Amino acid sequence: MLSGILVFNQKGENLIFRAFRNDCRPRLADIFRIQVISNPQVRSPILTLGSTTFSHVKHENIYLVAVTKSNANAALVFEFLYRFILLGKSYFGKFDEEAVKNNFVLIYELLDEILDFGYPQNTETDTLKMYITTEGVKSAIVNNPTDSSRITMQATGALSWRRADVKYRKNEAFVDVIEDVNLLMSATGTVLRADVNGQIVMRAYLTGTPECKFGLNDRLLLDNDSAGPGSGSGSGSLGGNKMGLGSSKTRAAAGSVTLEDCQFHQCVKLGRFDADRIISFVPPDGEFELMRYRATENVNLPFKVHPIVREIGTTKVEYSVAIKANYSSKLFATNVVIRIPTPLNTAKTTERTSQGRAKYEPEHNNIVWKIARFSGGSEYVLTAEATLTSMTNQKAWSRPPLSLNFSLLMFTSSGLLVRYLKVFEKSNYSSVKWVRYMTRAGSYEIRF
Amino acid sequence: MFIAPFMQTSSPLWVRSPQGKVAELRQELNSGGKKDKNYSAKKIALKKIVANMTMSNNDMIALFPDIIDCMNLPSLEIKKMCFLFLVNYSRMKPEIALKALPILVNDMEATNPLVRALALRTIAYVHVREFVEATVQPLKRLMGDMDPYVRKTAAFCVAKLYEHDRKMVETSDLIARLNEMLKDENPTVVSSVLASLVDIWGRSETISLTIDYSSASKLVSILPDCSEWGQTYILEALMSYVPQDSAEALLLAERIAPRLSHSNSAVVLTSIRVILYLMNYIADERHVTSLSKKLSPPLVTLLSKPPEVQYLALRNAILILQKRPEVLRNDIRVFFCNYNDPIYVKVTKLELIFMLTTKENISVVLAELREYATEIDVHFVRKAVRAIGKLAIKIESAAKQCIDTLLDLVNAKIPYIVQEATVVIRNIFRKYPNQYESIIGQVIQNIDELDEPEAKAAIIWIIGQYADRIENSDGLLQDYLATFHDETIEVQLALLTATVKLFIQRPTKGQQLVPQVLKWCTEETDDPDLRDRGYMYWRLLSTDPTSARQVVMGQKPPISAESEKLDSRTLEELCLNVGTLATVYLKPVQQVFRSARTRRLQYSPALQKTQEDLTSPSWQIAAPVAAPNPVTSPNAAANGSATTPGGSTHDAVNAADNYFSSVAAGTQQMAALDLGGREDGGLGGGGAPPLQYVVNQNQQQAYQPQLAGGAATGELLLL
Repeated sequence: MLSGILVFNQKGENLIFRAFRNDCRPRLADIFRIQVISNPQVRSPILTLGSTTFSHVKHENIYLVAVTKSNANAALVFEFLYRFILLGKSYFGKFDEEAVKNNFVLIYELLDEILDFGYPQNTETDTLKMYITTEGVKSAIVNNPTDSSRITMQATGALSWRRADVKYRKNEAFVDVIEDVNLLMSATGTVLRADVNGQIVMRAYLTGTPECKFGLNDRLLLDNDSAGPGSGSGSGSLGGNKMGLGSSKTRAAAGSVTLEDCQFHQCVKLGRFDADRIISFVPPDGEFELMRYRATENVNLPFKVHPIVREIGTTKVEYSVAIKANYSSKLFATNVVIRIPTPLNTAKTTERTSQGRAKYEPEHNNIVWKIARFSGGSEYVLTAEATLTSMTNQKAWSRPPLSLNFSLLMFTSSGLLVRYLKVFEKSNYSSVKWVRYMTRAGSYEIRF
Repeated sequence: MFIAPFMQTSSPLWVRSPQGKVAELRQELNSGGKKDKNYSAKKIALKKIVANMTMSNNDMIALFPDIIDCMNLPSLEIKKMCFLFLVNYSRMKPEIALKALPILVNDMEATNPLVRALALRTIAYVHVREFVEATVQPLKRLMGDMDPYVRKTAAFCVAKLYEHDRKMVETSDLIARLNEMLKDENPTVVSSVLASLVDIWGRSETISLTIDYSSASKLVSILPDCSEWGQTYILEALMSYVPQDSAEALLLAERIAPRLSHSNSAVVLTSIRVILYLMNYIADERHVTSLSKKLSPPLVTLLSKPPEVQYLALRNAILILQKRPEVLRNDIRVFFCNYNDPIYVKVTKLELIFMLTTKENISVVLAELREYATEIDVHFVRKAVRAIGKLAIKIESAAKQCIDTLLDLVNAKIPYIVQEATVVIRNIFRKYPNQYESIIGQVIQNIDELDEPEAKAAIIWIIGQYADRIENSDGLLQDYLATFHDETIEVQLALLTATVKLFIQRPTKGQQLVPQVLKWCTEETDDPDLRDRGYMYWRLLSTDPTSARQVVMGQKPPISAESEKLDSRTLEELCLNVGTLATVYLKPVQQVFRSARTRRLQYSPALQKTQEDLTSPSWQIAAPVAAPNPVTSPNAAANGSATTPGGSTHDAVNAADNYFSSVAAGTQQMAALDLGGREDGGLGGGGAPPLQYVVNQNQQQAYQPQLAGGAATGELLLL
């Protein structure tokens, strides 16, 4: 498995060097610096030289590098590097060069704990924070053997992600359904690809060891339900809990959704889901990503864009971009940003918009059109003109796609709905649940 | 000691020098005295020392003795920092490190389990003989510790000792004890034991790892109780289980299938590996198909992960697609590139798109590839253009469509697109003779744009091949011949052949050029291939012009585009390594990682024989599969451009074959030469001449000298 973990800054200074095996020699740091950091030709995150492989991830302004010998499990290596980043973020807020330089000791301590002989160990933030702390405040507790046993039990137990002694006066759970809708539309207006990458993030503030059950309008599950007697259970639980959603507000309320695939946080009992598609779990305390899913059928596209771009000779490009909101007029999208590419030799631009503001960003070769609030059903137009300078070496313009950014609350492109969230705990407390829906632009691209 | 602060103030140069820094830190470390109950001064000093460990070379090693002194202070925080220092520097100063040994041994008996584990973990990292020896006895005790955290640390410790001293571990009973620990009731301990065992197994040819069905079944049952990493270790270990019975394999595979929904891609890919492996032992095709169906969605879902993981998923998709084509019967569109994908993701997606293109979706694909051909990254654009050309060869009914797309691109007159298109159009002419020659005119138009050897060789081949259709073919050739001596060998070979072809087809136009070129090739070159080929033509033309025509303008063997296929042995091996680094390179594991232990499908009564095994091919095109690893070959673009027109050489070889079989000859010597010639072509022996040739866009440059050039039969005729 991993022979060592190295961290570099952008200048190529080696900030962290931790070897887990004898074959990780200090000179490897120089090799990585020469072969990757100072080599502009690098085109892959994996570099194998001889029997040594460097796998790296860039985050903020640092390189995180895993050194492996022989044919290691590459998926594990990258998952670990990303977990390391996540840990860094949760400890320092931001995991960058400054954070590393201010926390050498803590990072070494973490690395010693989360990797043993290069094998990833428990990487749950919650557990780690019990005994690896930024200020060393709690290390007094750790000197006490009984407390230590509690930590070791958790680090090796089946519920390694949750402490047993969590207490809240008010038991609450927040569920955020966040969808990234991806669109690729051809110049002729046909949809080449439209799919949704969804993410369900939960913030659980629940006492004790609660057992949660989570229900979606997943077609497979509903089909199971209608066959069995449990079809009424969903609405029953809805009445009991204060849910922050009105089912009428989302578009596909009546229908059900076909989820192409789901991936779950490790707390979810996968066997159970595989057998009867019931999502049941004991949540970690606080915020975590419960699941990810993918939907490709019946994707509701929130925006329709019609760009007309004409190149007039070699000196001018004319734009006329119309964008229409394709959702109920009760909803509105915020932070709508449309990026309209311009040729590299653009000298100046003029823009007119029926709503929002447009600005030319020469450093990105874009006209950026921002609309702060976009109500459902409305349609806005931008007309613009880019004047080009003449070039000695006239190259055809590659016409990169136009792209969109937005966020739209109370709307899911896939039509996904949370039907219920039930919490069972032995003390039988009542809990409040909130659900929020949001659709964002993933890679929302329109060619022209 | 007392002078240190004084020096600090005296000169800033002093402060920055290593000695000054070390002295300063030493002084700080020893400050505080008795008043400092929490050792806060020491902690601050230690933190600075740790920070300096990697940043400032090895200056800190001078503080080793002072660190040893701190090790016994009653603070876990200080202890951890001292141990870190110890692990880092013990190798350089083993004699000082030894002083820490009693402290560590003592700590392994501490009441606090975290301290016991810490001491054990630390002592086993130290690569010093005394430390290794001192670890064995306490380790045996700690393997049976009451705390699971200590036990899992102990499990990894055995593998660590094995790394330090293989013999010592093999002669002790540590491995037996480790095996015993598989019965532990704590899942984390069990998974750690397995990781440790697999690690040891991977380094030793003498140790074998076997898991029977009941153990395998038990391991699968504890999967849900393990951490994500633990699950990965267990799944990896399951690769050592050999099903003896089809039903066992099926049951296990179905129990592992739920792991495919895990959010950790290591768990997902390793599960795919195990399931693919078990499928080899499942008799019922229906079950195999239903399992295959389950593999596809998780692979596609990995495409929403960070780019590095996407890359890995895509590389593995290429692999799995060859083993189980039914797995990725998805809509091809999921593999369409996003504008902002990193280049390594885009290139791999392009390969997948090529593999998944069929008659039905070719229109969508061509529109997409056309879009890619206008992007900025030159390497990617070239690959896209090449893919269009290869699709023309792969899907006959769509050839016209592909050619139209290519011509469309050529009209944009972007030099590298024109060059790439020229090369693929040459291949299309090869594949479909007498069908698309009407476009020659359009191709020739761009002749001035070509400056890369491969593209030049391609256009020269076209000129030579169709010398009688191109009005000014002699003029065009003459233009190139003017700079004959400055061209690369690849272009020179092509020019030689083209000139001979011109002469054969239009003797009047060629008669002035041929003697001149032959003279250059035989008298003014240092390259043996060129010279040999020159002599061969010379002799051929001077003895029997009719035969010369037959040889030079002979029927060419067909070419195909199925170059991405791995040979069955490599495919089998890589499928047993899904998710590992070797799958990124898609090469035999040992070729990339010499020390890696090979994995093969183990025989059992349940092992299903696949089609490939039965019809084991007598010869195999060992074309290195499309693994244009962008990093190991930073000149990937150059690689692309230097792609050899393999077909032409095979063509040459085959033309010679035909010649020799028709011209009575065929002496022993010739037969031997013949074989040699084919091996040069990278075909790897075998008796009968192959019927299909491959247009390989990723052939390695290494074979250049032998493969370069147009159709000719030089090498074989020389004395």
